[in-house]
Amino acid sequence: MRRAAEMPRIGTAQAWRDAARALLSEGVPPGQVEWTIEGADQAPLFGGAGVPVRTAPVTVPRSFLGLAETVVWHDDPQRFAHLYAFLWRLRDAPRLMQDRADLGLARLRRMEKAVHRCQHKMKAFVRFREVPPHRTGRRAFMAWFEPTHHTVEPTSRFFQRRFADMDWSIVTPDVTAHCIDGAVSFQLDAPRPDLPEDAHEDLWTTYYSNIFNPARLKVSAMTSEMPKKYWKNLPEAALIPDLIAGAGKRAAEMARAAPTLPPLRVEAAQRQQQGFASDWGAKGETLEAELHQCTRCPLHGAATQAVPGEGPLDARVMIVGEQPGDCEDLEGRPFVGPAGRVFDAAAATAGLDRSTCYVTNAVKHFKYVVQRKRRIHDRPDRSEISACRWWLDGEIARTKPALIVAMGAVAAEALTGSGKDLLRRSGKLEATGDGIPVLITVHPSYVLRAMGQAAQEQARDMLERDLRLAASIQSEVCG
Amino acid sequence: MVTRTVQEKLAILSDAAKYDASCASSGTSKRNSLDGKGLGSTEGSGICHAYAPDGRCISLLKILMTNFCIYDCSYCVNRVSSNVDRARFSVDEVVSLTIEFYRRNYIEGLFLSSGIIRSPDDTMLDMVRIVRKLRHEEGFKGYIHLKTIPDAAPELIEEAGRLSDRLSINVELPTDHAVAAYAPEKKPGQIREVMGRIRARKQAGKDKTHTGKRPPKFAPAGQSTQMIIGADGSNDATVLGQSTRLYSSYKLKRVYYSAFSPIPDASAKLPLIRPPLQREHRLYQADWLLRFYGFELGEITGVTADGNLDLEIDPKLAWALEHRGLFPLDVNTASREMLLRVPGFGVKTVQRIIGTRRTRTLRYEDLTRMGASLKKARAFITAVGWTPGGLTDSANLRARFAPPPEQLSLL
Repeated sequence: MRRAAEMPRIGTAQAWRDAARALLSEGVPPGQVEWTIEGADQAPLFGGAGVPVRTAPVTVPRSFLGLAETVVWHDDPQRFAHLYAFLWRLRDAPRLMQDRADLGLARLRRMEKAVHRCQHKMKAFVRFREVPPHRTGRRAFMAWFEPTHHTVEPTSRFFQRRFADMDWSIVTPDVTAHCIDGAVSFQLDAPRPDLPEDAHEDLWTTYYSNIFNPARLKVSAMTSEMPKKYWKNLPEAALIPDLIAGAGKRAAEMARAAPTLPPLRVEAAQRQQQGFASDWGAKGETLEAELHQCTRCPLHGAATQAVPGEGPLDARVMIVGEQPGDCEDLEGRPFVGPAGRVFDAAAATAGLDRSTCYVTNAVKHFKYVVQRKRRIHDRPDRSEISACRWWLDGEIARTKPALIVAMGAVAAEALTGSGKDLLRRSGKLEATGDGIPVLITVHPSYVLRAMGQAAQEQARDMLERDLRLAASIQSEVCG
Repeated sequence: MVTRTVQEKLAILSDAAKYDASCASSGTSKRNSLDGKGLGSTEGSGICHAYAPDGRCISLLKILMTNFCIYDCSYCVNRVSSNVDRARFSVDEVVSLTIEFYRRNYIEGLFLSSGIIRSPDDTMLDMVRIVRKLRHEEGFKGYIHLKTIPDAAPELIEEAGRLSDRLSINVELPTDHAVAAYAPEKKPGQIREVMGRIRARKQAGKDKTHTGKRPPKFAPAGQSTQMIIGADGSNDATVLGQSTRLYSSYKLKRVYYSAFSPIPDASAKLPLIRPPLQREHRLYQADWLLRFYGFELGEITGVTADGNLDLEIDPKLAWALEHRGLFPLDVNTASREMLLRVPGFGVKTVQRIIGTRRTRTLRYEDLTRMGASLKKARAFITAVGWTPGGLTDSANLRARFAPPPEQLSLL
């Protein structure tokens, strides 16, 4: 038996869903259903019976529901039939929803995309004008808009979420939405309103014509995103022809104009500028302030900042690591990242109080390579180590430590001239060129990099053993 | 000084703002005003409310608070030594313009930038005042992008981050050397420090405190920056190297490339050429390959001898032509990583191919319904019913894509 299903123009999505469920549960094949739209001229060709009352429950993939809820708003009179035909096939092949190459699905997806685009353009191109309020204390706005598809109802939620503290109406030749005191209602075939002039439209067109750069004219990029069919209801669109026509001339004039002499106020402004060369960046004429400006090697260009050492300037023990890592580079403090935490834990176990030591690095800028959007530590080379010796020597000369702990090969190289054979040398005392004792040990990141728990424990033990030695020397020299 | 109307100020201060490329309003937290308190919403993806004839989207009210500036950056229309008309908005004028434009559905929000007046702290404070008023007094929940003054006090930047959706600081030029030459008052190291601080602050905002509460959101749409292309002599490898470092160091949402464009009352220091729009376009393509297609920097910039991208063909195609040995790929078996490297396949196309091939074997015609540009892709793939044969290795493959050589104009 043939069926006739008449869809209302308001609440279409729910109506189609109910009808489709009922038809499907009764097993009515697509060929037997004639879908019509309320108020349309064409009467059903065959009298037929109406939609049955729903009997058995039907399960439908959730992704189809989302698709259907959008496609029902398309302008194509066949949309309901296309949806039902696909739904019919979906009964036996639920995986059809994943088949992007299926012709039926491809058509529905195309229609879905058209509706989404239309909704998006509606959100973008509706232009309100202020109208007299319905009640005092609540401003009211109204717009005339001509969408391609039946998108007013599904898009009204957007305007409701956005303009909650005002009343608004979007009038279209099809469905009109009114939102009064936060409640949305729909009306069919409302007449086009005669909207009053709105002074802000002039400000808007002023903005539009001035934000445009005539030297970058690219008309096709504009029309593909702002199709001409919308122009008649956009106040700014009236300016477009003149802006395009004048663009070449304006750009040429800019190019032709000779450079002018600077105005008189330049000198005063520049003096003023010199006056406040950064209130919080400068740190005086200390080693730290000078280090901040360091350009002795190319590493400064890629790093965020030079990371100076920190700790008491009269510390007896100085700890020297390799270079700042990702965290240290961002924070500007040494040993605050993962390796810093390993160091802190090992020092605590060894009885070495970090706050009594001067903690620094052999190289002050972070050297890294980018891999998969992350900064990966890269070992500083000989020239970078030797360029940075200047600062390390400065810190040593200022602090005059009784013992320097060199953690890792780079620190060992900077302090003793050689970074080789570290494991054999670790735990032993050597000396800087000036004769300050240097205790060699592994870098905390060696613990992090060790593979397997046993190797990690071993590395950690080595670091703790050496730091314990440092702690005992510290208590000796401090008496 | 002459008193200007709001309309005159708007004309001057939007004209002064147009060289900032960003107008994005997406990627922030979702908000709405359904509770009846205030105005506005953000929905995740931004909306372009209009397009100007330069093809650029107009999503935000993009204005300068003032175009008075004591800096003298050669590329900038607002530099102190330029003779352009000057104006300054009051706090209330910016707030009112934003709200009234928003109510009429012209914009998604505000992008506020400014010349440096008096001191960086004073300037930043005035900008923060505007945003404070919008958020606290007007209950504005739309999108706000604030250009950060790098020299300003950390507390001001902190407050700016709590009030706005996006913060940005322009690195301006691809190398520190170029900045020193063209923007003598700007300090690239300081700009990086602030970007580092914003990243660290954003990260801290994600961690719960010991009470289990989340601290207030900090710049939920992240931070971005802009580089001017073509004003200095940097090649594309340098430009992309800089952006790779910026993305990895500060987790930037976007690096904008802005082809240096002639400005009114230009400085004698810079060439007034036609803006290199094609180069800008290729840089964006390369940027996308680096961020979403698994390409490493050296792969993209290594295909040409001079470290500049091929202007005639897109960078992915340029890479594929140099690595033809890896092709053709069978779309039914190739890995996601390799499919992403096929010219003419986008991220969505690859997703669809992988989704569909779980249910069945793909034919060549099927690909036409998946958004692929087969004109490009066909030389690099096989599918049921299609092999490129000798096409992949044919000598004239590049010529099929590159535009025909243009005859140089004599004039």
